[in-house]
Amino acid sequence: MTTLRDWLIDDSPASPMQARLGRFYRIFGALMHNPLAVVGAIIILVLVLTALFAPWIATHDPLRQALGERLLPPSAAHWMGTDELGRDIWSRVVYGARITLAIVTLVAVLAAPAGLVIGVAAGYFGGWVDRILMGITDIFLSLPKLILALAFVAALGPGIENAIIAIAITSWPGYARVARAETMTFKNSEFISAVRLLGASSLRVNLGHVLPLCTSSMIVRVTLDMAGIILTAAGLGFIGLGAQPPLPEWGAMISRGRSFILDQWWVATMPGFAIILVSLGFCFLGDGLRDVLDPKSGEQR
Amino acid sequence: MADNNTTTAPAPTRRAGLQSPGRRRLFSALGFLVTLGVTFIGLLAITFFIGRIVPIDPVLAVVGDRAPVAVYERVREEMGLDRPLAAQFVSYVGDVVTGNFGTAVSTGKPVIEDLARVFPATLEMATLGILLGVLIGVPLGVIAASRRGSWLDQGIRVVGLLGYSVPAFWLGLVGLAVFYAKLKWVGGPGRVDIFYDGVVTPVTGLILVDSVIAGDWEIFRNAVWHLILPASCLGFFSLAYIARMTRSFMLDQLSQEYVTTARVKGVPERLVIWRHAFRPIRVPLITVIGLSYAGLLEGSVMIETIFSWPGIGNYLTVALLNADMAAVLGSTLVIGAVFIGINKISDVLYRVLDPRAR
Repeated sequence: MTTLRDWLIDDSPASPMQARLGRFYRIFGALMHNPLAVVGAIIILVLVLTALFAPWIATHDPLRQALGERLLPPSAAHWMGTDELGRDIWSRVVYGARITLAIVTLVAVLAAPAGLVIGVAAGYFGGWVDRILMGITDIFLSLPKLILALAFVAALGPGIENAIIAIAITSWPGYARVARAETMTFKNSEFISAVRLLGASSLRVNLGHVLPLCTSSMIVRVTLDMAGIILTAAGLGFIGLGAQPPLPEWGAMISRGRSFILDQWWVATMPGFAIILVSLGFCFLGDGLRDVLDPKSGEQR
Repeated sequence: MADNNTTTAPAPTRRAGLQSPGRRRLFSALGFLVTLGVTFIGLLAITFFIGRIVPIDPVLAVVGDRAPVAVYERVREEMGLDRPLAAQFVSYVGDVVTGNFGTAVSTGKPVIEDLARVFPATLEMATLGILLGVLIGVPLGVIAASRRGSWLDQGIRVVGLLGYSVPAFWLGLVGLAVFYAKLKWVGGPGRVDIFYDGVVTPVTGLILVDSVIAGDWEIFRNAVWHLILPASCLGFFSLAYIARMTRSFMLDQLSQEYVTTARVKGVPERLVIWRHAFRPIRVPLITVIGLSYAGLLEGSVMIETIFSWPGIGNYLTVALLNADMAAVLGSTLVIGAVFIGINKISDVLYRVLDPRAR
């Protein structure tokens, strides 16, 4: 084991691969010293595992209705009780992890690269390109995200796909800002000039050398944004514009439990705990990642 | 004192007397107005665009799908939909500027009238919310920073992160179940009890102010009773954000040399914190409070839905569910414009109040 560790923390790595793995090892080590980040990482790991192994973790079929078992309080048979159609809430929360994970992943996959490309282009080319791209970015940034997402979903029609598109449309500007700021700091450094003097096209300079340098601050930003994305998606589901029944989406589940909140409190509260737990997990991990990867930016976001 | 802080600031740059300070101020004011104008046009462009991507054909909505082609074409021309997009956009901007937001299908009234009626309710709730957020959040942030690393600090930090993790609608529901249904400490949904509804003639639309004008203290008390829970739920989110930012600003200040100097001089810790370290962060805090206030408008959408609060958020959700696009876009425009307005005002305040940014 010690030899592997020595190889990883070697100050003069023999290959890019060794350097990269060594970097991961150091980041991982630094994260492990931050208790909140560890808690966050565990929560997200549990979320991913729950989503992957939902059929084995759930005790019931999340869609099976049993009208004879309506609105039962939490018990040994139904750990979180049952809803108004007799469905097991624990199983629905477990399957809901899949939907939440799918939403955050898709939003990140759609919005982060779009913001990255726009930000890098603006930062690298400067001048008019920068002014136009950042003008559009700033307009989007100055608008309330949730309201914008609501208006887009209203226009596109309710549904989980449209909710994802709407959230992605409102999330990219933050990434564009981060990527632009990073690009501006690297743009005039010597190694970029060296690559350019070797005859690399601007596409190659950007894809091969500028983009990879932006990734660490992008990862921090995306992780920190995850909680907001989860809350927006749940909010859309709650209003009835996101995931449609019978999908066990957490926000939509809270919305259904609303009518029973006074007597059968568990129907609405249980999915809420799941949302809070997962959002907190992303916040903790994001905070920890920022301290390790991007210590300059401090707490201001 | 705060003066020590200016030593780190860059010396004011004077461009060799070519531009007088007054002229520079004029230019920066003009530049500010231009960005403000561009942002508003951007907002209009986005709502215009959203209005165009609606899959419902607005002509068919008027004439019905059995209408002959000639009628369809005539209505299309009357609605101006045959003109180029740019021309349509110009007339859209003209409509909005003159207050013509179209007619809301759900109420049958012009959207602008509806918005003017519901907006004060939101304003009332958001204002009380931000007051709670500032009055509790700022001291919490200062305490957390002054006892960095303690359990108290960790606790306040978790409260701050909860502000990013708790869904507003869930908090409202749980609040209703606990404080209204179980403990009966506060009033339920709505602005006043149902038999008080419509008793006070609306003057400002703010029921607290209106009941005072009418001299009806019973209704005033009842309104406070109803307002306190939704405002606290909303205020929690600004509290979390303000506490977090205050903590981070304070930590910046407490690590400065002038704080050490003050401590070495023997200034009591309480004075070091409140008189020395707290003073310079008041200006950036104004920006944070402004941002947070604007954010509460957004948060009010969910809270109002839960509390049947007849504000703009509730109006928006009802319109959303009915696919009432005129009302949706009107509300989006108003919330967006207020959001931009508050942000820009706090920007200007920052520049006016911070001697280094002038």
